[in-house]
Amino acid sequence: MEKLRRSMMFVPGNNPGMLLNAGIYGADTIILDCEDAVAITEKDSARNLVFQAISEINYGTEVAVRINHISTPFGWDDLKRILPAKPDLIRLPMCQGPDEIRQIDEFISEAEHKHKFPAGSIKMMAAVETPKGLRLAYEIASASPRMVALAIGAEDFIANLKTTRSKLGRELLAARGQLVLAAREAGIQCIDTVFSDINDEEGFKKELELIKEMGFDGKSVVNPRQVSVVHDFFAPTAKEIDHAQRVLAAYQEALEKKSGVISLNGKMIDLPIVARAERTLAYAKATAGKGGK
Amino acid sequence: MKNSIGREIPDFIPGLGKVTGFGGAFARKPVGRTVGAALSTCLPRADKRLASIETAIDAVGLKDGMTISFHHHFRNGDRILNRVVEAIAKKGIRDITLSPSSLNTVNDALIPYIEQGVITAIETSGARGKMGRFLTEGHLKKPLHIRSHGGRAQAIESGAIHIDVAFLGAPACDRYGNINGIQGQSACGSLGYAIQDAAYADQVVAITDNLMPHPLFPISIPQTQVDYIVVVDSIGDPAGIASGALRYTKDPKELLIAKYAADVMDYSGYLQQDFSMQLGSGGASMAVGRFIKTKMLERGITGSFGVGGMTGVFAEMMEEGLFKMMFDVQSFDIPAIDSIKKNSNHLEMSASYYANPHNSGAIVNNLDAVILSATEVDVDFNVNVITDSNGVIMGASGGHCDTAAGAKLTIVVAPLLRGRLPMVKDAVQTVVTPGETVDAIVTERGIAINPKRLDIIDNVKNSGLPIMSIHELKDIAYKLCGKPEAIQLSDEIVGVVEYRDGTIIDVIRRPIF
Repeated sequence: MEKLRRSMMFVPGNNPGMLLNAGIYGADTIILDCEDAVAITEKDSARNLVFQAISEINYGTEVAVRINHISTPFGWDDLKRILPAKPDLIRLPMCQGPDEIRQIDEFISEAEHKHKFPAGSIKMMAAVETPKGLRLAYEIASASPRMVALAIGAEDFIANLKTTRSKLGRELLAARGQLVLAAREAGIQCIDTVFSDINDEEGFKKELELIKEMGFDGKSVVNPRQVSVVHDFFAPTAKEIDHAQRVLAAYQEALEKKSGVISLNGKMIDLPIVARAERTLAYAKATAGKGGK
Repeated sequence: MKNSIGREIPDFIPGLGKVTGFGGAFARKPVGRTVGAALSTCLPRADKRLASIETAIDAVGLKDGMTISFHHHFRNGDRILNRVVEAIAKKGIRDITLSPSSLNTVNDALIPYIEQGVITAIETSGARGKMGRFLTEGHLKKPLHIRSHGGRAQAIESGAIHIDVAFLGAPACDRYGNINGIQGQSACGSLGYAIQDAAYADQVVAITDNLMPHPLFPISIPQTQVDYIVVVDSIGDPAGIASGALRYTKDPKELLIAKYAADVMDYSGYLQQDFSMQLGSGGASMAVGRFIKTKMLERGITGSFGVGGMTGVFAEMMEEGLFKMMFDVQSFDIPAIDSIKKNSNHLEMSASYYANPHNSGAIVNNLDAVILSATEVDVDFNVNVITDSNGVIMGASGGHCDTAAGAKLTIVVAPLLRGRLPMVKDAVQTVVTPGETVDAIVTERGIAINPKRLDIIDNVKNSGLPIMSIHELKDIAYKLCGKPEAIQLSDEIVGVVEYRDGTIIDVIRRPIF
């Protein structure tokens, strides 16, 4: 099973209290943010705090840093300051094309060499937030072996589309679908955008239902309260686990009998169904024991 | 002498005399009899009404050196205590022992009367704000005497506290002195602490802004105990008496702690059909109710009874059929007050029924689980809810040690860090609740089970919860914040913390500021 990234939780990089406690909520990935959550006047202090946090705090899970875009005056400085602390993952916002990924990849390679980190140990992901980025999504996803995930950043994307965000999310349907296709073609994960109305739990659940159906691997979250909701949603249900176990048992039995046709409760089982059952059980195993009941 | 938890307690404390050190939660066996109020009489058709508080002070014959009591059901909306003391001061009476069931920041106004020698001793649950700091500085002639709610009831019934006059704010009072707390502009719900005082005080003065025709219904405090009635314009500020509905916290850290606590209760095996529970009113402890409720609904179980310090969200669980009954010693918010008014299975109880260790069985003894907050805890599971990180009095004992002693499962919830301070330490500054009565400490970074609860340790070991030793928990805190420096203390004792059985569990020494 690949690394779980059901929840990727943003934490403002300039807030010491939040940085200190970021690890306690069980998010699969913590994203220490140097970009949108940080005012321009605070960029340098956020960078320093994030460096200290990664160096001093054992978060016990994957730690990512969202840097400022490399076309701003802050992006490269973020990387210079933070890479020596060896974050697990760099998240690039507003990605417009594969060249940006390649430039950062090169920069990370130099840092890894300089600080004697294993080559390729710092991963990357990119957020697509423009129509151009979406058109080049596959190229972005496959621009570097460091790339582990694509994400969609809805607010900027919708502004670019000249529409507004709705409860049903129809305005994002095409982009979400296209992004999942690109990520899957490149063999990496796909992460959905944040849901910012943290008190609308019903709306949040509806959106989770949608993105799970569409094939997303996880969701960016802005509030720790959303983490367990996401995890509950992505956890296979007891019914799904039970079904997967039966499918595999039927498959095993057919193999032993050297039978070409496999069926369960009168329904034909073919190899994609077996693969899905295996994925369900692997997922169940990976998510078990994370947090309380 | 060192008491049984290793705290150094002088045998003789100036202002209090000879004291007995704490010897274990159930070590002290009571002897003797309960005391009673002075005999009195009231002639048929007599009018109990007096013109003013000043007249009442004359009528009861209040003198230097007497003890007067008040209830704290009006919390920060209280307009009785300060006013009565002001009237006493004007009459030149001095050396009064003040024995309210608790003090709130509104009572900071009493500070001048302590300075003038009108009040020379205070026996109560705790103190906050300027008053807490003032008392910590040692301005009171005798040390502040802190008792839990159950301990105060015990002391009243055993005679350790002798109330000469109880001045009781009465939200509804009829012409012959029957009282309840649920009607009128100053309704506060349960009068649990006042019921205690009315029954044992030599004389009782009811002060009301809502004089009703006789007979009042329902009756919380009967006319047989009330000697005088004073009608005033207002006994309390409704906005300060009770907040609107107390809602569950939205703080993610408190919610995480609450979820862990609910899980501990679940895995410990106490979340069974017909279980009973008490929740504190702090953010995390109250939020435990939300997670317990979800578990109850999922599992289709219902509880037997709840105990409080009642909040609307807890009372709501009874209205939804999740609990059969609620026992209420004080009502914290408007929905809880509404609930006690309309639900016959929402019962008012006295402080003694709630928590007195020296009667034939208080309701805390029937609790399966209690969730309590803490200011700080230590590696012996002792809990402090009284003094802050500077050694200043800033909290109240409340029912903390009472419920911890009574319940089968006592869970203490606290953040591991507050700002840059660790809340799990080698030793707490002031012990209010002894570690022997605490079963689990739940923080956002880990959960420690009292090593003597082998049964719970066994039950939670495969829960996936972050279970660790209390020393590991402390180490995490110290690693993040460093070890806090010890507070420099003088030898002067400014407060004593009495355990519910009347023994001294700890003393508060004046910090060197």
